[in-house]
Amino acid sequence: MNSPAVEAVDLVKTFDQTRAVDGVSFAVPAGTVLGLLGPNGAGKTTTVRMLTTLSRPTSGTGRVAGHDIVTEPDAVRRSMGLVGQVATVDELLTARENLWLIGRLSGLPTSYIRPAGDDLLERFALTEAADRVVKTYSGGMRRRLDLAVSLIAAPPVLFLDEPTTGLDPRSRNDLWEVLRGLVRDGTTLVLTTQYLEEADQLCDDIVVIDKGKVIAAGTPTQLKDQAGAAAVVLTLTHATDLTRAEELLRTCTPEVYVEPASRRLTAQADGLHDMTRIGQAFEDSGIPVDDLGLQRPSLDDVFLALTGHRAENEVPEDEETHTDLHALEGAL
Amino acid sequence: MSAVVSLERPEIKPPALPGSSWVVVRRNLIHIKRMPELLLDVTIQPVMFVLLFAFVFGGAIQVPGNFDYKEFLVPGIMAQTMAFASFIVAIGLVNDLDKGIVDRLKSLPISRSSILVGRSVSSLIHSSIGIGVMALTGLAIGWRAHNGFTDTVLGFALLLLFGFSMIWLGIWVGSSMRSVESVNGVMFTTMFPITFVANTFAPTQGMPDWLATIAEWNPISALVQALRDLWGNGLPATGNEAWPLQHPVVTTVIWAVGLTAIFAPLAVASFRRRSRD
Repeated sequence: MNSPAVEAVDLVKTFDQTRAVDGVSFAVPAGTVLGLLGPNGAGKTTTVRMLTTLSRPTSGTGRVAGHDIVTEPDAVRRSMGLVGQVATVDELLTARENLWLIGRLSGLPTSYIRPAGDDLLERFALTEAADRVVKTYSGGMRRRLDLAVSLIAAPPVLFLDEPTTGLDPRSRNDLWEVLRGLVRDGTTLVLTTQYLEEADQLCDDIVVIDKGKVIAAGTPTQLKDQAGAAAVVLTLTHATDLTRAEELLRTCTPEVYVEPASRRLTAQADGLHDMTRIGQAFEDSGIPVDDLGLQRPSLDDVFLALTGHRAENEVPEDEETHTDLHALEGAL
Repeated sequence: MSAVVSLERPEIKPPALPGSSWVVVRRNLIHIKRMPELLLDVTIQPVMFVLLFAFVFGGAIQVPGNFDYKEFLVPGIMAQTMAFASFIVAIGLVNDLDKGIVDRLKSLPISRSSILVGRSVSSLIHSSIGIGVMALTGLAIGWRAHNGFTDTVLGFALLLLFGFSMIWLGIWVGSSMRSVESVNGVMFTTMFPITFVANTFAPTQGMPDWLATIAEWNPISALVQALRDLWGNGLPATGNEAWPLQHPVVTTVIWAVGLTAIFAPLAVASFRRRSRD
């Protein structure tokens, strides 16, 4: 694996006056998964569109399977598959016809498409629906077919633009499993995602993009380390114990953060050792505790630390419901 | 979704332009097979027009010479159907652009022209089905082509040639618009008046002078007049009309070539611009 399977070299894309992608570079070793992580409008999709020859870079270039995206677009198109942001399967065709369409246009003979297509349908649990018009499919089925269609020519490199957006958790897990299978088979994946968990689950390396620039790169673990230490989170049974609990906690660790509404205290901790120590201290003091847990920094925290703002759409919502629930409990 | 079966990666021989265009055509034709209502615009709608005009307005419209209005009408409706080929291309293209199908096709190792060529050919087939339905309807209500085989075929060839120029108009509109609704809006407000302010349904003699002049220079009028001349469905120009109507076949060819020369570069540029980002 001397030369990377995918490489971006100082890619720039300007729309009118805005620099949607502003000098993005990275390299993806063959057989690994790279996650392009960033909020909406960060430039992820534009980067993928340039690498898949759908959009011409304003400057800079890239290579896919050793072929230059600007000077050898045809060779690039022969070496990669693309799963777009919305499932771009033809709604009025059946699954088999979709495979036939893309297979034929990829330059495959029908004699190959039929068995290979059946194999893919089987793999993606679509055999029963194979001759049904795609219009009747659920969102998850469409996504799976989309992926199957992209794999008909067995491309060594696969680009996926937000592959699990809009999927329910089960379909999402299924899709992750399929993607892991592809990687085991040696396929190189480049995927964009807003879901930090997804990047964490699937990717060997993560490139964090914000406002068209790479703001961090590394393995999920490295990025989490950047976000700092772990924390102990403690939820009290009674709000009246808050002051006592805070004092007690300060004897164990210097940094304590209190959220009175949710009766929650957060303290910096180095790991399990600190947690047991704090647990013991509360046990001895007799302050009743609802919940005690160790929180490793998530990629959300990484993102916040790097950009100063949360990744859009998912995290804040989640937290709000959390807080509301606690507030409600407190009020009762 | 169990373990992955390894597939031997086959030799990839990207299809040449005719091959890939044909695959796109077949895909578009499957659409028509799945949604026959897509054909309403070239079947029921023009048949309704024929019946409405022939039997509702027909009695009130004076056709010069001793011609039956139904004979006069059929070439008009056929020309209108062909002009609407632009509509069909535009709708099909904007749909494919909108749903990301064009992007998917563009990520494949095929000539990008095959998307447009395939779309054009299937739209011409679509419109030709309409022309066929029109011919049968015409035959049923008394329309005939009177001037022999060659002229009859020449008439249909002129229709197709004109349809070809309309396709470029359609590609241009389709790749400039963002949604099916806007295509509908633009095409209805332009193509309907254009096909009506002509000799399509009524002779131009009855129009106010200024309108008659516009109508006579309308490319649709030249096509309709050419069809009427070739099929013997109306009086040849008497000498009072504008030049195009006195030489309708030549004028139709000039219009078709001229409109293609105008719309083809616009269409290609617009499609490219839409594709580049």
